[in-house]
Amino acid sequence: MTVAAQSSSTGKTRKRHFWTMERRDALAGYLFIAPQLIGIITFVLIPLGLVFWYSLHEWNVLAQTFRFQGLGNYQALLSDPGLPQVLGATVLFSVGLVVFNMSLALLLAVLLDQKLKGITVYRTLFFSPVVVSLVAWTIVWSFLLQNNGGINAILALFGVEGPNWLREPTTAMISVIVVQVFKNVGLNMILFLAALQGVPRELYEAARVDGTPAWAQFTRITMPMISPTILLTSIITIVGSLQVFAQIAVLTQGGPGMSTTVLVYYLYQQAFQFHKFGYGATLSILLFLIVAALTFAQWQMRRRLVFYEN
Amino acid sequence: MTSMNTLKSTTALAGLILPLAAGPVLAQDQIDLRMTIWSANEAHLAMFNEIAAGFTETHPNVSVTFDSLPFDNYTTTLTTQIAGGNAPDLAWILETSAADFVNSGALAPLSEAFANAEGYDLDDVTEQATALWRANGELYAYPFSTSPFAMFVNNDLIAEAGAQTPAEFIEAGDWTWENAIETAAAVGANGADGLIVRDFNYQIWQNLASIWRGWGASPWSADGNTCTFAEPEMVEAMSFIHDAIFNKGAMPGPGESVDFFAGDAAMTITQISRASLLPQGEDAFDWDLVPLPAGPAGEYAVIGQAGIGVFQMGDNVDMAVEFLAYMSNPENSAKLAQFFPPARQSLLNAETLGETNPLLSPEQIESVVIAGIANGQVLPGHEGFAEIQQVVRAELDALWTADADVQAVLTSVCNRIAPML
Repeated sequence: MTVAAQSSSTGKTRKRHFWTMERRDALAGYLFIAPQLIGIITFVLIPLGLVFWYSLHEWNVLAQTFRFQGLGNYQALLSDPGLPQVLGATVLFSVGLVVFNMSLALLLAVLLDQKLKGITVYRTLFFSPVVVSLVAWTIVWSFLLQNNGGINAILALFGVEGPNWLREPTTAMISVIVVQVFKNVGLNMILFLAALQGVPRELYEAARVDGTPAWAQFTRITMPMISPTILLTSIITIVGSLQVFAQIAVLTQGGPGMSTTVLVYYLYQQAFQFHKFGYGATLSILLFLIVAALTFAQWQMRRRLVFYEN
Repeated sequence: MTSMNTLKSTTALAGLILPLAAGPVLAQDQIDLRMTIWSANEAHLAMFNEIAAGFTETHPNVSVTFDSLPFDNYTTTLTTQIAGGNAPDLAWILETSAADFVNSGALAPLSEAFANAEGYDLDDVTEQATALWRANGELYAYPFSTSPFAMFVNNDLIAEAGAQTPAEFIEAGDWTWENAIETAAAVGANGADGLIVRDFNYQIWQNLASIWRGWGASPWSADGNTCTFAEPEMVEAMSFIHDAIFNKGAMPGPGESVDFFAGDAAMTITQISRASLLPQGEDAFDWDLVPLPAGPAGEYAVIGQAGIGVFQMGDNVDMAVEFLAYMSNPENSAKLAQFFPPARQSLLNAETLGETNPLLSPEQIESVVIAGIANGQVLPGHEGFAEIQQVVRAELDALWTADADVQAVLTSVCNRIAPML
C-alpha cells in the first residue's frame, strides 16, 4: 500500500510505503493489547458509564419506565435516613476486618517463616480457605454460629454459655468479620511470607552482632523492608472489605436491625430487592468514590510510610 | 458446460439457496416460550413438562421450557432478568409481590382470552380466589396454587412427652392456641422442640399470620393504607408468641435450626405440599395433619397463593396467554392439583383431591384443604412489599429478645412503615 510520495536527492519522486517498521510494530502492539482493551471497555468502562447514566434516572423495572430526573437520586442520597447507619456499619466492618486480617496475616507469616519440620503443610492449611467457595464457606459458618450450633457446643464443653452470635448486633458484626478474616487471611499471609523471605538476611545478622533485641529487629528491619507489601495488602483488604456481600447475605441478611447492613448489601437491597435501580446506581457511585478516595489517600501516604531500598 | 454439469451446478446452488430461503420462515414460525418457576422438584417439573407436551401436540411450532429459580431470591432474580432485557414469557408470582406485578402494568390481561378458550369456564374460579390477581376488574394472573397453612404433627414425640395430641383436642372440641402451645411446651420440656412456623426463621415474619390471624390481627388495614401492627389484637398475638418462645420454651428461639420433618419437633405450621418431605421407612414417625388451632377471635384459615402471569414485554404475548389458558383449563388444573391445591370449585372435593394427594385421608382433605381454601385469607401483601418486609424485619429484631417490650416494638414498626403504606 502506498499513500505518499517523496522527492529523492536525485530529483525523482519515490513512493513511500505506509507500513513502515514503526507502524507495523505499533499495530502489533495494539493487536496484542486489543483483547484486554476490548474487555476493559466492554466490561468496565461502559458499565461504569451506564451506572452513572442510570443514577440520573428513575427506573421502574416492572412498569418499564425510565425517567430522567437529574440529580434527584443524589438529593435522595443526602436525605436517606438509613444511610448514616449503613456507612457506620461499613466503617466498623472495614476497620475490624483490616486490623484483624492484617495483624493475623503478619503474625502467621512470621511464624510460618521459621525453619520448622512440616512447615509446608501448615502454610497449605492456612491458605486453603482462600480457594474454598465463599458461599459454601459462609453456609458452614452459619451453622457453626447458630445458637444451638457448633461454636456454642464447644464453649458448653468448658461450661461457657456462648452468645447468640448472629442475633445480637455486636456479636453479629464480630462474627461476620471473623468469618471473612478466616476466609482470606491466607492470601495476605502468603504475600507477607514472600516479602519476609525477600528481606536480606545480612541485615538481621548485623543487628544480632550489634545486640539488637528481636522486637527491635522486627520494628526497625522487618517492618520497613516489607512496608511496600503492607501498603499493597492494606489497599487490597480495604477495597475488598468495602465490597463484602455474600457473607452478609448468607449470615445475617443485614440484621439484627440494620447492624450488619453494609453499603454493598444496602445497594443490593435498593436496586434488586426494592426495584429502585436508579437509586442503587447512585449508591454504587458513592461506593466508587469512597474506594477511589481511600485508595488515593493510601497511595499518597506511601511517601511517608513506605520504605523503598532504592 | 454440459447439461450434466449444468444440472450439478443448479442442484448445488439450490442446495445452498433453499435452506437460506426456508430458514427465516421456519425461524419466524418457531416460538420458544420460557416460564420461570421456583420449584426444582423433579415431580413438579415432570408434570409441567407433560402439560407443555400436550400443548405442543396442537401447536407443533411452540416449545415451552421451565426455568427453576431459587426460592430465596425468586422475585429478585425475576426482576433482574426483566431489567436485563431477558424477561420470561410467563412467570410464577408469589402472593406477597402480587400487588407490584398486577398494578405495575407488567402483566398481560387474561380475562378475554380465558373467556374465549373452549371449555375454560372462568366462572368456576371464585372471585375470592382471584381477588389478589385482579385490577379494575381485569384478571392479570391465574391463581394456580391456593395452598392452606395447616399443622403437621409428630404424635410419637407428643406421646413420649405425655401430652395430649391435637387429634385428642379436636375430638374434645378444644383445639385452641392455648392448648397447642401447652402440648408444644410439654414436648419442649421433654428434650425435643415444640412448634415451628416453617420458613419463618425470625426473618419471614409474614408467615406468623398463621398464628396472629387467630387473634384477628393484621399488619395493615384492609385498604392497605394504615398500619395496624400496634393495635391491641396484634400486641396480644405477638405477646402470646413471645411468651411461647421465651417463657414456655414451646418454640425454638432465634438462631436455632430445627427441622420438623427430620423428627426434631412436635408440630410445624406449613402448607400441605410439604407432605412430600415426611420421612419414609425407618425414619418415619406417626404423623397427623390438622387445621390451625382456634384463637381468641375464633376459627380461621390462612392460605398462600401463587399465580401465573404473562409479561407484556415478551415477544410472544398472545401465544403465552394461549398456553396459560391451556395450562389452567379444567383438565390441566386437575393435574396441577396433585401438588398445588386448585382454585377451581369443581375440583374442590374429597374425591378429586384424594386421587391427587394419596398421603392425605378424606377427613384431612375435607377439614384442612377444602375448608382452608373456602375460608382462608391470603398471607399479607402490599405494593412495595419487599421494602416493607425488610423494614419490618429489622424493627421486629428487637422483639426477639427475652426482655422485649412488645407494645413499644410494634409501635416502632408502625412509625417506620406508616410513610410507606
